[in-house]
Order: sequence, then structure tokens, then C-alpha cells
Amino acid sequence: MINNGLQPFNCDGPSLTGQQTPLIVRDLTVAYNRKPVVWDVDLCIPAGKMVAIVGPNGAGKSTLIKACLDLIPRSSGEISIYGSPYRQQRKRVGYVPQRESVDWDFPVSALDVVAMGTYGQLGWFRRVNKRAKALAMQALDQVGLLDYADRQISQLSGGQQQRTFLARALVQDADLYFMDEPFAAVDAATERAMVELLQHLQQRGKTVLVVHHDLATVPQYFDWTVLLNMRIVAAGPTAAVFNQENLRKTYGGQLTLLSQAAEALLKSSP
Amino acid sequence: MPDVSEIWDVILLRDYNTRLVVFCTMLLGCACGLMGGFLLLRKRSLMGDTLSHAALPGVGFAFMFGVWMGGDGKSLPLLLCGAALTGLLGCATVLFIRNQTRIKDDAAMGIVLSVFFGAGIALLGLIQTMPKGSAAGLESFIYGKTASMVMQDFKLLVFITLSVVCLSLLLFKELRLLCFDEKFAASLGLPVRALDLLLLGLVTAVTVAGMQSVGLILIIAFLITPAAAARFWTDRLGLMLILSAAIGGVSGWLGASLSAFLPRLPAGAMIVLVAALFFLASLLGGIKRGVLVRVLRQRSLQRRIGRQHLLRALYEILEAASPLESRSQPIVRTPVPFRFVRGRRSWSDVELRKILKRACADGLLRHQQGGDEIMLTEAGLAQAAKMTRNHRLWEFYLIEYAEVATSRVDRDADTVEHVLGHEMVARLELKLKKNSQVGPNPVPASPHPIQPID
Amino acid sequence: MEWYNLDTWIVVIGALAAVACAVLGNFLVLRRMSMMGDAISHAVLPGLALAFLMTGARASWTMFLGAALVGIMTAVFTQWISRFGKVDEGASMGIVFTTLFAAGLLLIVQAADHVDLDPGCVLYGAIELTPLDVVWRPTLLSAVLEVPRAALILSGVLLVNVCFVLLFFKELRLCSFDPELATTLGINSNLMHYLLMTLVAVTTVAAFEAVGSIIVIAMLIVPAAAAHLLTDRLWLMVLFSALIAILCAVSGHISALVVPGFFGFADTSTSGMMAVMAGVIFGLVALFAPRHGILVRMLRRTRKIPSA
Repeated sequence: MINNGLQPFNCDGPSLTGQQTPLIVRDLTVAYNRKPVVWDVDLCIPAGKMVAIVGPNGAGKSTLIKACLDLIPRSSGEISIYGSPYRQQRKRVGYVPQRESVDWDFPVSALDVVAMGTYGQLGWFRRVNKRAKALAMQALDQVGLLDYADRQISQLSGGQQQRTFLARALVQDADLYFMDEPFAAVDAATERAMVELLQHLQQRGKTVLVVHHDLATVPQYFDWTVLLNMRIVAAGPTAAVFNQENLRKTYGGQLTLLSQAAEALLKSSP
Repeated sequence: MPDVSEIWDVILLRDYNTRLVVFCTMLLGCACGLMGGFLLLRKRSLMGDTLSHAALPGVGFAFMFGVWMGGDGKSLPLLLCGAALTGLLGCATVLFIRNQTRIKDDAAMGIVLSVFFGAGIALLGLIQTMPKGSAAGLESFIYGKTASMVMQDFKLLVFITLSVVCLSLLLFKELRLLCFDEKFAASLGLPVRALDLLLLGLVTAVTVAGMQSVGLILIIAFLITPAAAARFWTDRLGLMLILSAAIGGVSGWLGASLSAFLPRLPAGAMIVLVAALFFLASLLGGIKRGVLVRVLRQRSLQRRIGRQHLLRALYEILEAASPLESRSQPIVRTPVPFRFVRGRRSWSDVELRKILKRACADGLLRHQQGGDEIMLTEAGLAQAAKMTRNHRLWEFYLIEYAEVATSRVDRDADTVEHVLGHEMVARLELKLKKNSQVGPNPVPASPHPIQPID
Repeated sequence: MEWYNLDTWIVVIGALAAVACAVLGNFLVLRRMSMMGDAISHAVLPGLALAFLMTGARASWTMFLGAALVGIMTAVFTQWISRFGKVDEGASMGIVFTTLFAAGLLLIVQAADHVDLDPGCVLYGAIELTPLDVVWRPTLLSAVLEVPRAALILSGVLLVNVCFVLLFFKELRLCSFDPELATTLGINSNLMHYLLMTLVAVTTVAAFEAVGSIIVIAMLIVPAAAAHLLTDRLWLMVLFSALIAILCAVSGHISALVVPGFFGFADTSTSGMMAVMAGVIFGLVALFAPRHGILVRMLRRTRKIPSA
């Protein structure tokens, strides 16, 4: 059997089966008309990891997340979250979407947006009570936006908007988080602060999947990486999987300086 | 029910009035179909709605102006001018609201539509109290007077239709670019604003002229439905516009004719319903984008995918089972237990059995041991080898040329030679052979390790 | 200008209709579905006219039911055509409502061989006549009130709409702002959508007799749009839209009585003037609104006043 240095994926082992595993994807294919967007994806994410999903544009990263959340239909395959279909596990999953998908002129304040994360727990007919508001304030504090709680969202900067969505996910107190480019419009200092937050989550046993655009920081922030280019190139611990060879297979000829930087970082990190 | 001679009378357009009505509505249908095509692609289909409602106060003002000037106020050119003016003013207001405030497109249209129309109603209320003002003539702008058209209407519609057709032909490639990619058009130096205004002007002319003969609702329908129906049949703009005009014209003719010989069927409503039927038929059966076609295409795609998965799975099982030394020989055909195949992918028992049944019917494999074992035929093995080879070439291509691959990949492993070309395929095969230690087996080794069978 | 009891009732009925529409309209505007209100109002028209013919302008339960059905049908068909046919949403709406309208028109003409229907009544109502249809005569402070039918029905509908908005406030807010998140939280945004459309249809029916369907569209959209420019808080927006709607009704009637006099006419249609006044108020708000008004923004740009 020829082994090209790819880490073979497997979900074997007692810690990676069924109800303990946050995410198992099997045979996932998503296609529009005849164009496949995501193809034969098999994936197994163990609990308590910070996972980076990387790949070139159009590689299907957002599609993968949306398929996991039942937001788009799939052509084939199964997705199980803690051993059950997503619909039964909604309360354990949090989602931070890409920035563009909302109307910024909507008359809501940052606090209102964060409080939306509690609606699933509040249930129908109940007002947003003090407890929900307090949780929302707490989350805003965690992302450093406490002073902006009453601002209407179009008055926030891009990075602040992104942090508001992060706070909304935090309030949900989920076990598994999907985040679609959460650091896209954010400056370096804010990014580090947000990553620290995510690492807190990880320490509490949560699992965080992040579609990440900046290869240079992957080895620093994430202990597990998924390389995706329509199909899984590799998935596993960052140290094992994030190397020159796999990056070349994912990005083709696009990497030059970037891959060298990644290698350098990899070697220098403890 | 009318008798046969009456029907023939209508079809042959023996009656002057019927002739007039049919021709007028046909012309209008063609002109609206044409304009509607452009509107649909610019995603401004409801502009007809806004325009026609906003035109009403203009009619009122024009009438009052005409009376004030000493006439009877019902001169058609005057009324049309008034209608066109407020219609255009309404569109300008929509743009203004959209650009200067945070109110979005749809709300801006709704505001202009309702406020202008309300003003029109208020004006009509005043006109009704005027000595010369029996508003009955003016209300034809809302309800149309399809049954009682006159030669003047016909001449007007001929003029408008001809202008619309000529301008569309002359400016076809500019308008096509505008509809497809406004920014690129602007970067080429095309006067995007002017073209937009021209389009708006043409739509206004068609709307206002049409309104007073067939009424508000029919004009709105004419500007949307034929174009939407035509869209399902083709992906080429020119053909779509022709089809759209044709559907509009035929709806006009059929609707008006039906209304002429069946009692109590208002022509406007009939025409709208005929157009809607065309739309429904196109939605379901349209060759390029109809629902039926898409469903069938999807089904055939699923079948092909299932077939390829099966053959590849069988091949890989046989490949893994044969000892390493004999890898340079072609694979031996041995029976494969059902459960091995079942375990390869996430398909259910029922799905797999269906796929197997179809493959069996196509002579690619046989069942043995009462269905517990599967044996590929000669033909089946050949196809399986080909499928696997193509799939692995695709995978290898993806790896080698990752940065361009996403745009070229087709799910269908059959087409690797079509898409990549024979030369590229030969090059890939050569590379694979160099990398692997396998002999001249027609199927290259898999770029990724295959799961062992347990 | 002489003011009769009649006039007070006209204003009251107009205001009830306007507010009932305005509270729902906020969510149509925010969800960019304003034209859906237009579509539904057109689609229910023929059904209304038919019922008007058959029962003599009585807003009966069957009519409300029929309207609710047509409202849902409009919304459902539009979604189907848009989703499965992959047709542009505006076009889908246009096709559905014109077809439903034509079908309804056909039915009316078939059934209306006996009665002489005044189509205008359906389009712009006959609010001036509504106070004459009195159904309730309670005694208040030793004076007998003559409450017209329209006022009772519209009060009922207004109550239902207000309760709906209050009860489902956070769900409406969430589904309007971020339907994707709503779905992931398990809140059925489709259900909210259809409930809203049903109420719009029912409100159209209730209001058509008084103000006609075109004015319903004006009241659905214009007060809400004006309120959107006045505030950044959703609950204030709903409140402002209601207040503006009342203002439209009052100023509409007054101007219908007064303004034509300036030009040498008698009075004119109140509902038409209500729509016009709505437009005027919107124009004023759009120009002068404190934070989002056009003038303020221009000043901010030229003088570089820091935005709060």
C-alpha cells in the first residue's frame, strides 16, 4: 500500500466513538447542479480540541459548516453530533456566521444581538428577562464590548461587530462551536484576545471548529487542523498534519512565502 | 357554448372590434415581453407595478390641466404625457429614497406606489365633482378598456412596439452587458446611467400606453410573466427575449380570442390567466431550467454516482485482496461478499440492493449464493477498472494542480478525458507511474491509502 | 370647515385601520418584504369584492377565513416558485398576485350578473359611509355612542395584531434579523413568516371596507419606514409607527376636507388623502430626522460634526 505521508483518518479508539465525539462526518457530498462543492468528506473531531479548517477560496469550508448545521441540503452522507443528528442536538451547538449575512440597519443594539443567543433556552412567549440580560452583559464583557452594549450595530466597527457575534455564541453555552472566519475583520490585538477566549472554552472541555484564513497563525492557535480542498486532504493534530507536503496538496502552487513562514513557526513553537 | 361558425369568426378575426382588440393585445404582449426580459435580468420585475401605480396622479393632473386650458381634458397624448411624467417621477423618487436614506429598495417602491396612487385617487375624487369630469374615461387607466379599443390605440401601440423592438435590436449587446455585469460595463466606459434611463423610459412608454388599453394589473403581469416563462427554455439572452415576446403575443391573442367567443370572460383577466398557464408549463417542463428536467438530471446524476461508487468499491476490494507480487497482473475476478461492499460506504441495505439490481440488469455483475455474493462480469471488471483509473487520475490532478482544480472538477469520473484532455491525462499517468512502485497495471495506485477490510 | 360626529368616527375608523396595518408593517419593512404586503392586498381583492357583492359589504367570518387562505396562498406560491423554479423573488410575487387577481376577477364577473359592482369601492373604500352602519349603542357618560360596525371589527383586528406583536416580539425580532440563527436555535422562522402573512391578509380584509386596499399598502409600509428613520430601537419603532399612523388618519381626513377648498373644489376622498399625508410625513421625516435624516447627514459631512 502506497503511503504518501498522509495521516490516515480513523474514528477508532474508545474516545472517538458515538456520543463522546462532537462531530462525525461520513461520506459527505454537497453538490449544486453538477458541480461538487464538497466531495466525499470523512471527518472525525475529538472533544476538547481547537480545530482550524483551512483551504483555498471556493474549497467548500463554509459549505462544510453549513451542511453540518442543516442549513443547506446534502447530496449524500451522514453527520452526527455527539452521536445524534443535528436536529436533536441543537442546544449543544453554537454558530458564529460570516459577517455579511445580516442587515446592519436593523434596529437592535449590541446587547439585543447577544441576548438572541438565549432565545433557544428562553422558549416561546417569554420576554428577555433579567437573567438573560445579565448573561448577555457578561458575554459582552468577556469580548471587551461592555461599553458598547447600547450601540446600534451599524455604529460598531467591523471588528466590534465580529466580537458581538462571538459574544452571542458564548451566551449559548454550547459544547460544540462552529465559527466561520471569526477573525476576518479584526486587528491583531483583538484577535489574540478572542483566541484566548476560545482557549478558555477549550479548557472547559468545549470543542471549537474555526474556518481560519491566516495560515501563519494556525500552529499557534490550533491543536487540530483540517485541510480541505473540496475533499479532505488531511485531518489530525496540527503538529502531524500541518506540513509543507499537505499544504502543497491543499493549496497547489499558491504557497510560497506563506508555507515557509508556516514551517518556520512550526519549528519554533514548543 | 358558441357554435363552430362563431369560433371561426373569432379565429379569422372577421369582426372589426375583435380584430382590433386581438392585434392591440398581441402588440402589447410582444413589447412587454421584450421589456420584461430586460427587467427580469436586472431583478427589477416589480418596476412595472411601481410605474403603473405612480402614473395615476399624472393622468389626473393632465386632465385638469387640459380642462384648464379650455379643452375637454381627455386628449390621449396629453394624458399619456402626464402619466409618463409622474411615472418617471415615481421611479426617480424610489432611487432617491434608496440612495439617500437607509430605506431599502422594496420599501421605497412600496412607499412610492401607495402614496402616488393615493394622490391619484384623491385627484380622481376631485375630478368627479368637476362639470366636465366624468372620470369614466380616466378610470380606464386602472381597469383598461380592453373590449372597446379604437384605431388610435392601435396606432399608438404599433409605434411603441416598433420603437421598442428597434432600440432593443440596435443596443442589444450594450443592454446585454448592462444586465449581466453592470460594473464591468461601467469600467468599459459604457454610459450605464444613460442606458438605465433609456430602459426606464422604454418601460414607462410601454406601461403607460398599455395601461390605458388593458388596465393596471394586466400590464404588470405582461411585464413579468412572459419573461419569467421564457427564462426556463434557454440560457441565451437573444433567444429568451424572442421567446418572451412570442409568449406575450400569443397570450394576448389567445386571451382576447377566448374572451371574444365565451361569454362573460373579461379579456384582461383571460390574458393574464393564459400567460400564467404558459408560465406554469414552462416552470415544469422548460428544457433548460424547468423543474422536471432538473429532477431528471439530478436522478440520473445520483444513479451514475451510485454506479461509480459500487464499481470502484468492488475494484478496490479485489485489488486489496490480491497479493502484492501479483499486482503487475490484472486483477482476478473473485466473488465478493455483500457485507464487504456494504461496509465500504455509508449506503443503506435498500440503496445498495437497488444499485446492484441495476448493475446486474446492465450485465456488469451477477449475484451468487442467493444474493450474498457479488461477481463482476468481464464487462463489469473492465468498467470498474476504468472508473477507478479515472477517479484516481482526478484525485492526483487535484493534488498536483490544486489551485486550478476547484474550477475544473466534475463529479463525473467518466469525463476526465473530456475535461482535461488526453494530453493532460497521459502526463498524469506518467507521473503516477513514476511515483509508485507498481508495474504497468492500467489502474494506478491510489493516492491515498485504502481502508483495509475487516 | 364643519365638523360632525360623522367626521370623528371617520377619523377613529381610519386611525384604527392605519395602526392595525402599521404594527405589522414594521416587520415587513425590516424583512424587506414590503412588496409582499402589496401582493397580498392585490390578491385578496377579488375575493373581497365577491363577498362584498354576495353579502352586501358585511365583513363576515367566511370572508376573513377566505382572506387568510388567499394570504397564505400568495406567500406559499411565491416561495415555491422562487425556490423550486429559481425565479427572482420580485418576479415570483408579481406572477402570483396578478394571477390570483385575474382568477378572482373572473369569478366576480361570472357571479355578478345581477349586481352592479362599483370597483372603485374595493380599491379605495368608502370610509365616508362607514359611520352610518351602526351596530352598537352603548351609553357613556350619559351620552349614547353610536358605534359603527367598522370600528368594532377594526378594533378587534387591531387588538389581535398588537397582541401578536407583543407576544412574539423577540421571535419576530430574531426571525427578521437573522433567520439562519433562528433556525439553528430551533425557532421556526417559516411559521413566523406565514403567521405574519396571514395577519396581513386578515387586516386587509378588515380595512378594505373602510379605506380600500391601496391605502392598506400605504399604511403597512409608510409609517413603519418613517419610524425606521427615527429610532434605532425596535420597540420604539413599533410605537412611532403607530403614532405616525394615527397622525396620517387625522391629517388625512382634515386635509381631505380642507385642501380642495384652496383650489375651488369641495372635499375629496379621505383614504386618498391619508396616503398622501403619509407620504408628506415620510418626506419630512426623511429630511429632518435627528440621526438618519438627509439634511442631518449632509450637515455632518460638510461640517464634520462627529456622529454620536
